Amino acid sequence: MKRIVHKHPLAIRWFHWINFPVLFVMIWSGLLIYWAYDPYKIQIGDYTLISFFPDGFYKFLHVQRRLAEGMAWHWVFMWLFMLNGLLYVGYTFISGEWRHLVPNLSSFREAIQVTLYDLGLRKTQPPFIKYNGAQKIAYFSIMLMGVGSVLTGFAIYKPTQFSWLTSLLGGYKAARLEHFVLTIGYVLFFVIHIGQIIRAGWQNFQSMVTGFEVIKPHNPEHPVKPEPVIDQPVEPETDGPLEPSPTISPALS
Amino acid sequence: MNQPTEPELPENDIPESVARRKLIKSFGWFALASAVPVGVYEWVTKSAGAQGIKRPLRTVLNANEQVARTYFSNTHLVPTFAVEDAAKKARVNGYDGIKSPIPEDWKLQIDHPSGTGQPLMLTVDDIKALPKHEIVYEFKCIEGWSQVQHWGGARLSDFLANYKLGTKSGNGPNPENADDLYKYVGLETPDKGYYVGIDIESAMHPQTLLAYELNGQPITAPHGAPLRLIIPVKYGVKNLKRIGRMFFSDERPRDFWAERGYDYYVGL
Repeated sequence: MKRIVHKHPLAIRWFHWINFPVLFVMIWSGLLIYWAYDPYKIQIGDYTLISFFPDGFYKFLHVQRRLAEGMAWHWVFMWLFMLNGLLYVGYTFISGEWRHLVPNLSSFREAIQVTLYDLGLRKTQPPFIKYNGAQKIAYFSIMLMGVGSVLTGFAIYKPTQFSWLTSLLGGYKAARLEHFVLTIGYVLFFVIHIGQIIRAGWQNFQSMVTGFEVIKPHNPEHPVKPEPVIDQPVEPETDGPLEPSPTISPALS
Repeated sequence: MNQPTEPELPENDIPESVARRKLIKSFGWFALASAVPVGVYEWVTKSAGAQGIKRPLRTVLNANEQVARTYFSNTHLVPTFAVEDAAKKARVNGYDGIKSPIPEDWKLQIDHPSGTGQPLMLTVDDIKALPKHEIVYEFKCIEGWSQVQHWGGARLSDFLANYKLGTKSGNGPNPENADDLYKYVGLETPDKGYYVGIDIESAMHPQTLLAYELNGQPITAPHGAPLRLIIPVKYGVKNLKRIGRMFFSDERPRDFWAERGYDYYVGL
């Protein structure tokens, strides 16, 4: 017999794996669009630290002069991205899955401890149920970023119809930059996500496909809180020897 | 410590063989599902072309246009800026349709829809005779850049009303009688090197101008002298320079960039 834990509901697995190719198309087509006007860079003084992006990068990926194609894919797959995201958030909310996902104050302290553990600077990590503090923050942020991408996206897609949104986001130019920064955020998330998946190993990865994970006792990668002891006799409610309870006697006797 | 509301995950004991079977089944489905994006990509990229992009993509772009035209309002105004915010030197980005010198005998030609009557031939002074409007707004290029620019000219809607254009009845456009309006305005440069089609609602938008001034000066040849379209509710590609001919149609007029794979509507 194997003891398994049911980790990811079927719906979550679908949303996750649908999002993967859809977000890929959005980022790829976004790059085709961005190429046509690519002014962003990170500068320190006059020194350009990172330029988004060097010509060699575009050449290597063959993304030059493909603006029309990029826009077409982007404006087709945006519907799938939004629909899948909406269903994911709706499902998470209705099913109660959000309880595993939404970070609280202690998640931030846990996240620091998890990071130290990941870097080998700490022997143990704090116990968790489904996601540790760092995961909660990461997965919840990525959901918020999705909302951000939709909002900044509409701000640049329909800046007249949604002029209130565009000005709320700091104007058309600012909204385009924000849309771009969020995309860089996804790419960074993806790199760390893949690294962590490799680190966490097969059991963890396959659970995003099968939904369950075989429990290894005393897994240092997944410390759990000591289970509440339930096989001891519970204090009987009525009969049996009872501690004499202090009786409250009327003060007037 | 942890969230008090976070429930424990359900657990149960299953025989090893069942666990293995579940694993194989799940990965089988996973492999099948992985074929879907590959299939979608193959289907799209092997589809017939429709004006520069693949037909499925074009179909969705046209559906997006229907969504925009159904749910968005044509009365929303493009945000405007103070005159001093306008760029002193407006950016010039394309010379299609204006590579030859401006014709000496330039006139704006407006075709009569019936095709029988003589076309209407107008001069810039005829346009200048209409009430002048100025707009300072953020011009948005489809490439992604934008610039605050200051344009002046006559409203296209005033022009259509004054010359009783854009309708099948030959009366001026009447908002009460939308069926009388042609669905599209077509514009071409005199050399027909550049051409656009614009839905009539966007053409009738109060911020759409037949422009003859930039920063208070007559517009120069690279900016589309003597008369150009300024249509703030569209990307720059629809803002045709040096208008030679205008016509009305229920069919989409041909459009230079739409033929090269871009969305036809490009409404902002």
